[in-house]
Amino acid sequence: MLRFDHVCKRYPDAGDALVDVSFHLGKGEMAFLTGRSGAGKSTLLKLIAMMEQCSRGTISLDEQNISRITERRIPFLRRDLGLIFQDYKLLNDRTVFDNVALPLIISGVKHQEISRRVRAALNKVSLRNKEKKYPLALSGGEQQRVGIARAIVNKPKLILADEPTGNLDPDLSAEVMHMFEEFKQVGVSVLVATHDIELIQRMEYRVLTLDKGHLIAS
Amino acid sequence: MKYRNNKLSVIRLQEKFEAYLLNHAHGLFSSLGRLSRTPFTSAMTVLVLAVVISLAGGFYVMVANVQQLTGHLQSSNQMSLFLKDTVSENAGQKLIEQLKQNPGVDTVTYISKAQALEEFKTNSGFGDALNALDSNPLPSVIQLLPKRALETKEDIQRLQTEFKQLPQVDFVQVDMAWVEKVQTIVLTVTVAVKLVSALLGFAVTFITGNTIRLELHNRQDEVFISKLVGATDGFIQRPFLYTGFWLGFIAGFLGWLIVTIILLILEGPVEKLSALYNGSFELQFLSFSEFFLLLIMAPGLAVLGSWGVLNYQLRHLKPQ
Repeated sequence: MLRFDHVCKRYPDAGDALVDVSFHLGKGEMAFLTGRSGAGKSTLLKLIAMMEQCSRGTISLDEQNISRITERRIPFLRRDLGLIFQDYKLLNDRTVFDNVALPLIISGVKHQEISRRVRAALNKVSLRNKEKKYPLALSGGEQQRVGIARAIVNKPKLILADEPTGNLDPDLSAEVMHMFEEFKQVGVSVLVATHDIELIQRMEYRVLTLDKGHLIAS
Repeated sequence: MKYRNNKLSVIRLQEKFEAYLLNHAHGLFSSLGRLSRTPFTSAMTVLVLAVVISLAGGFYVMVANVQQLTGHLQSSNQMSLFLKDTVSENAGQKLIEQLKQNPGVDTVTYISKAQALEEFKTNSGFGDALNALDSNPLPSVIQLLPKRALETKEDIQRLQTEFKQLPQVDFVQVDMAWVEKVQTIVLTVTVAVKLVSALLGFAVTFITGNTIRLELHNRQDEVFISKLVGATDGFIQRPFLYTGFWLGFIAGFLGWLIVTIILLILEGPVEKLSALYNGSFELQFLSFSEFFLLLIMAPGLAVLGSWGVLNYQLRHLKPQ
């Protein structure tokens, strides 16, 4: 599903962020990405989300090379990804429903289909009764679940989560992780970047560890 | 099976198109709603645009009116021979007979001092002022029309010099000359107004562009998030383009309203002035088709400005 082949990323002023990184994440596989701050986690996620391009090597998503693509194609490839952020990145002037509907509207999904799929996604994160609320009226855990609903509503092939439990207490974190396991079971690949060692140890999944840009364990 | 697939893809395409149209409709109305949620800021922008548009519209109407005014002036080759004060009525009549013999002259009319005074009194509105004068200040005039055969400028000029040398004649005025002068002035003003209007058009484009740039800046998070969930630049810029459209459209309408109100205020005084000059001049307003054109051009320029800014900015706005 997701393949890194000898990927390097060098910033003109900050030097090497990733050095010769290679790994493969299979369909329906779940893995943690970990490492200290500045180890290259964010860079790796940015490369997958096509926010940046790698300096060398190739990255492929579902057999498509995404490391050398035109600006024009990026939006369409991003629709295969479900991105989840530590700070949720919700639109605070829109309702929960509208936030979750955004990826579907962008993809040009039919009106009735949008309602159906948004409600299904909100059901999955147990927020069906909050669809008319605005994000700021929700707790942090609920906002994160809205973010998750938005990430899965377009049936992505790969879910990328950047510190999804960073702002949540242990109970909520466990709940979020449980959701990820459910997505994995329906064939979605999940990559979770975190430095929550306890969480990683509690759940027995593959761990990709970065150190100064090198992948030291996978 | 293949047939079914084709049919399915046609239906999918149709659905996509419907969703696309729906998205446009949503952009059209949501941008209007968004403008109404910040009434003060929106009103400021719209009013600035409206004033700029009304200036352009006002200049346009002004030129149209002046052109109407000078359109009445036909360029004829009529010559006026102003006679010296010392020339008597009799001598004037004699001169007329003499002129009639001239092969270059078609018709001749004599306007005596007394006739000229009478005409001036009725037409100018300064009758009372003239009554206060002891003697008649106006000269006798002979108006003559050269023969059609003498259409070239040189012929007319030759005739003019010939008459100028007559001892009874003070000076000769060719009407064509001042009609030409007025028409040249009007032409110059028209060109100037067109240039100024073009500048004002640029102003509409840039004012809207700048407003949209600020709006884009305020909604940067939305832009980033939309990009991250797979929005194309086209999708992202759509609501902003509609915002530009509304700004231009409303400002265009207000601009028209301003011009019309000003003309309504001017109508009375202009009518009075026209009556004083015995004229049939009627103040022209913007016609329906001109109003319609304004309602197309104003939003057109506004959308153009927005599009330029969005095109440039969206390429440089990358999610962090």
